[in-house]
Amino acid sequence: MRRADWLVIQLLSSLLLAAAPQEQVIQVTAERFKFTPSVIQLKVGVPVVLEITSTDRRHGFQVPDLKIDENIEPGKVTRIRVVPDKAGTWDFHCSIFCGSGHEEMAGQIVVSP
Amino acid sequence: MNEPRSRRDVLKLAGLGGVVFASGLAGACTDIVRKSAPQQDDFFFVQLSDSHWGFKGPPNPEAADTLRQAVAAVNALPAPPDFVVFTGDLTHTTDDDGERRKRMREFKAIVADLKTPVQRYMPGEHDASLDFGKAYQENFGATHYSFEHKGIHFAVLDNVSDPQAAIGDAQLDWLLSDLKPLRPEAPIVVFTHRPLFDLAPSWDWATKDGNKAIDLLQHWKNVTVFYGHIHQEHHFRTGEIAHHAATSLIFPLPAPMSQPKRAPLPWDPAHPRRGLGFREVSVDESRLALTIRQDSLEAASRG
Ligand SMILES: [Cu+2]
Repeated sequence: MRRADWLVIQLLSSLLLAAAPQEQVIQVTAERFKFTPSVIQLKVGVPVVLEITSTDRRHGFQVPDLKIDENIEPGKVTRIRVVPDKAGTWDFHCSIFCGSGHEEMAGQIVVSP
Repeated sequence: MNEPRSRRDVLKLAGLGGVVFASGLAGACTDIVRKSAPQQDDFFFVQLSDSHWGFKGPPNPEAADTLRQAVAAVNALPAPPDFVVFTGDLTHTTDDDGERRKRMREFKAIVADLKTPVQRYMPGEHDASLDFGKAYQENFGATHYSFEHKGIHFAVLDNVSDPQAAIGDAQLDWLLSDLKPLRPEAPIVVFTHRPLFDLAPSWDWATKDGNKAIDLLQHWKNVTVFYGHIHQEHHFRTGEIAHHAATSLIFPLPAPMSQPKRAPLPWDPAHPRRGLGFREVSVDESRLALTIRQDSLEAASRG
């Protein structure tokens, strides 16, 4: 199984985020039963903050190979900072059972050189 | 085609999870070797899994019948099992709480036709994850428990009532206290829905704190885990613990990570019910040798 050794993966508080305004932000919406976008395009070496919000209920955002597993609570923005250090594709999925389409709620992070 | 009426693949396991298991890893199956004179203490039980009652869709156009076919096939076994165990996802989930409970009642009405009076249940995420197991418990009772049967200790673990697919420390504490009185060589069988080990985390085929359960179980030498969730046979070892996944009664899923998406394998009209079936687990008088026999619904209803 591929395991990326990305430089930093951490949750940022809004305060920290404000202190780093130069970082690219990608908004991701979680809803039953999909993520939008379902393919998140990143570039090697370009730090990014994923801002994930749920429009309906609690979901999860899990990227097993990157050891990311966050709960996405409705009414809250979950921020995940990623700094990709290599090209590749990593699967993510909803890790909180959310209903009859839960198994389809998945996507990919694609890092291009 | 000259298939037997009920196709049975057999996997013999010496020492609950023991040496002969290597043949299972290689995918080798031998023909049935029935002892000419079974010992009086021999017994077997049947594992059914993932019936997803209420599911409708192209992966199983017979979904309204499959569970009944399984019940009939178990009732038609040449000898009755000592008990029947359902390892979760008895029903297919729905957001409509009333409809979900209705599916549970319908499931119960169908399995009431089983001639085997002793039935053990546990939830899958479809049964329990939307309401932390509330409706499930109202219909089927506790989600984790243990019982003894003819010298084997059976423990049922719930890794689905927490929608994050975790067992939780409280239940792990219970498991430890439940097993503590047993000697290290005691034969132990664990039933649960999801794999306790990281089979394919990207496909959600894992248990969040399953490693804690495995660490705990490793203090005993003869532990075998039977689970469902992945809708196919699968055999794996972590240390001395053997893990065996069962087929489903609704649709098969692809081998772990064998294709980009974990989508149901399409229904094949030329081979209806292919990949659907149940499992017989025979225990010999030593209590340390298990034989797993896979019964396919595909062949069983052809004859
Ligand atoms: Cu979800």
